[in-house]
Amino acid sequence: MALDQSFVGRSYPPTDPYEVGREKIREFARAVGDDNPVYADTEAAKALGHPDVIAPPTFVFAITYRAAGQVVEDPQLGLDYSRVVHGDQKFSYTRPVRAGDRLTVTTTIESIKSMAGNDILDIRGEVHDEAGEHVVTAWTKLVARGPEEA
Amino acid sequence: MTEQTAPTAPRPTHRRPAYDTTEVGTELPARTFPVTRETLVRYAGASGDFNPIHWSERFAKGVGLENVIAHGMFTMAEAARVVTDWAGDPGAVVEYGVRFTRQVVVPDDDEGALIEVAGKVAAKLDDEKVRVDLTVTCDGKKVLGMARAVVRLG
Repeated sequence: MALDQSFVGRSYPPTDPYEVGREKIREFARAVGDDNPVYADTEAAKALGHPDVIAPPTFVFAITYRAAGQVVEDPQLGLDYSRVVHGDQKFSYTRPVRAGDRLTVTTTIESIKSMAGNDILDIRGEVHDEAGEHVVTAWTKLVARGPEEA
Repeated sequence: MTEQTAPTAPRPTHRRPAYDTTEVGTELPARTFPVTRETLVRYAGASGDFNPIHWSERFAKGVGLENVIAHGMFTMAEAARVVTDWAGDPGAVVEYGVRFTRQVVVPDDDEGALIEVAGKVAAKLDDEKVRVDLTVTCDGKKVLGMARAVVRLG
C-alpha cells in the first residue's frame, strides 16, 4: 500500500545531543582502514586549521540514520522496514564533524513517491552543534520494495 | 595483542592540489580496497550497523542475497578516501553523494572482495571548488552510481 502523502514535509523533534568522541572517530577511521593523521592526531588536525581531530566524511551517517529511525519506525507512517534498502546517500558540509561536538539531528520527510510498486522516501537530517550552528545535512533515500508479484 | 587494521597502502606525502593548476580531466590516484568478512565485522562495530546481511551467510541467503554483502556505507567511505587523500584535508570536502546500484558480495575467504575506485576532476566551480566524479567497481561492475564529491581547494 502506498505511503500517506500527507507525511511529506513532516519534521520530527531534534534528537538528544550525540557527543562525538575522539576514540570513536579513531575506531571508525581504523574500521575503514584510513590512517590519515587528521582523524587521530590533534596536532595534525591543527596543522590543517581544525581545532581538534575531525571525523571522516561519512562518519556522521551513524548519527543521522539513528535519527531517521523516527521516520522508519513511525507506526503512523507504516513503512515495512524488512523491505527497505538504501537507495542514495548525500552529505553537504558546512564544516567537518570533530571530536567534542555535541550534535543534534532534525529529521524531515522531504518526499514520498510511489514508483513501480515501490515506496521511495527521501529523508533529510539537519545536523547542528551545541551553539546551534549548522554542521552538515544528510539526505537519505530509502526504497521500500513492493510485495512480490504473484 | 597487536591492533590490526584493514590493509592500506603507505600514505604518500603530498601537497594539497592548487585550484589554479587543477584542470578538468585531472585524474586522482586510483586505489583498490580489499574487503573481507573481518572488515565487515569491524565496520559493523564502528558504525553501529549490525544488520545480519553484513555478517551472517545464513541470514543473507535467507532473504534472497547471493551471500553476505558489504555495508553500502562502507563502500561509500572507501570511495571517499580517493578524494580525501588527494585533497590532503578531508575537511575540504563540502559535498559528497552516491547512489547504491549494486551490492558488493563478500565471500568467506582470505581474499574477500576488491573495491576499485578511480576519480577525475569533472568540473571547476566557483569559490575554488571542483567537482570530482568517482568510478567505483567490484569485479568490473559499477557498485556506486552518481558518485560525486565537491572539494574546496586552496
